[in-house]
Amino acid sequence: MNSFLALYAGQVSRVRAARGPLLFVATLQSVGILLLLRGVVDEGSRTTSQQVVAGSTVLVVAFVALNLLAQRFGMLRGTGALDHFATLPVSGGLVVLATAASYATFTIPGAVVTGVLGSLLYGLPLGHLWVLALVLPLAGASLAGLGACLGLLAPRPELATVAGQLGMSGVLFLGIIPENRLPGVVQAVRAVVPSTYATDALASSFSRQLDAGLLLRDLGVCFVVAVVALSLASAAFRRAVRA
Amino acid sequence: MTVTAAAPPRTVAVSVQGLRRTHRGGVLATDDISFEAVAGEVFGLLGPNGAGKTTLVRLLVGVLRPDAGRVTLLGREVTADSRAASRVLAYLAQDEPALNELPVGLAVETTGRLRGLSKTDARTATTSLLDELSLGALRDRPLCKLSGGERRLAQVATCLVGDRPLLVLDEPTTGLDVSARRAVWEVLRRRRTESGTTVVLVTHNVLEAEQVLDRVAVLDRGRVIACDTPGRLKALVSDDVRLDLVWRDEPPLDDPVVAALAARSEIAGRRWSARLTAADAREALGNLTSGSALAALDDFTLATPTLEDVYLALGGSGRDLERS
Repeated sequence: MNSFLALYAGQVSRVRAARGPLLFVATLQSVGILLLLRGVVDEGSRTTSQQVVAGSTVLVVAFVALNLLAQRFGMLRGTGALDHFATLPVSGGLVVLATAASYATFTIPGAVVTGVLGSLLYGLPLGHLWVLALVLPLAGASLAGLGACLGLLAPRPELATVAGQLGMSGVLFLGIIPENRLPGVVQAVRAVVPSTYATDALASSFSRQLDAGLLLRDLGVCFVVAVVALSLASAAFRRAVRA
Repeated sequence: MTVTAAAPPRTVAVSVQGLRRTHRGGVLATDDISFEAVAGEVFGLLGPNGAGKTTLVRLLVGVLRPDAGRVTLLGREVTADSRAASRVLAYLAQDEPALNELPVGLAVETTGRLRGLSKTDARTATTSLLDELSLGALRDRPLCKLSGGERRLAQVATCLVGDRPLLVLDEPTTGLDVSARRAVWEVLRRRRTESGTTVVLVTHNVLEAEQVLDRVAVLDRGRVIACDTPGRLKALVSDDVRLDLVWRDEPPLDDPVVAALAARSEIAGRRWSARLTAADAREALGNLTSGSALAALDDFTLATPTLEDVYLALGGSGRDLERS
């Protein structure tokens, strides 16, 4: 725990310098999408509204966890900085988790603003927004694990950036468009993308009646994916050090 | 009756046996390298750029997997196991970009905590280290905002925190001015004297090698071509001296003494450097200073052999060892 807190404190200090732009961009793009789609989504289309608000909120996490972490770990690998962590008695998974947690700290305001503003804009109930407190760390950890994998496995830092961007676009596309409007093949892709379960869990919280079983299933999937993704990131870390 | 105390057993702190590593593309980076460093020793790896020094230390600290060979640190085999190695050593890479955006104090404190110190102990150790390296005034400044020398000194501090029994330092004094360099040497000396710390120090600086190292392995093209104390290595070429000449203008090659020297010198523009026997050097210098060539000569120095001369005499091919 001491190691995690030390890494977290160090990373928070590092990210703090760029927190203004980070917060602004992460929030602005999601709020922008909410505003844009407000003019498209029909007033009574509750399922679509829930999906748009939940997808936009998870996008804040995806921006940081997939996009920025892919960039960060691509840069660490490209500059040989991984040796520093590899020669300290900490696991690669812990480095990924602490880095992700530090970035995620600065996305909390953006995710909350997006969730609340979205609910108000689309007339959704706010009573179960506490679900966001579970979705944020679980979605953050699973997407951060994948983002770190992209950064650590990409042969060049630029490719890591591109992969992170594409991943974020995937989260946006699959998260915001309701499942029943997607073609069959894309529905299958949606079913295996981890952000789907975070989005669905959050979307269900915008109902008046919360389906606890469904919520637990979605959060359970997020948890399992988070564990697998961080394990993969840990292995990718070891591989990248030796490359 | 005379009682002779038995010499204390020499504990082997670092044992490297037959390390071989080929980079992708088939380039042989280290070729069957073996050496041992005993506890409390400052052991050096000297060689020009490209000799395989950094690959060797990355194998030593476990971040690279060798094609063959093994590494044992303080009695425990740690080949290709950086986690196991990290419990006994601290490693300073040639550059530490991971810490660049952190304030100096936090970089040292965080590294100390990751080496197992509590938050309070890490803070105390950080204050003490920064004072020892005269970095106290820079505690709150990010490493990336420091000069190159200050940054390197702060990186040295991150390596020292946590008091590991083995320090592996890859060119720790590169970019440091003379006083900062001496401060690092002094800090290492103190660790060795007070705590018995073993140091493996990579350098391509001959002066550093001669002043700081107890023993040195000389590397060339991935092989150890010599390994002994600096004094014993220099004794290998003790009959030789180095004659350095600087010409004011074009050297008078029509002078037979100058022409003969040209054939035996390393020539870099108007700077010539020849390794000669003491008798030959005396004769050459006598002829130069008494003949017409003196007018074209700007400066000359006669020096006893250095580790660079040892390196060249043993067949070393690099030409970028530093002398100061």
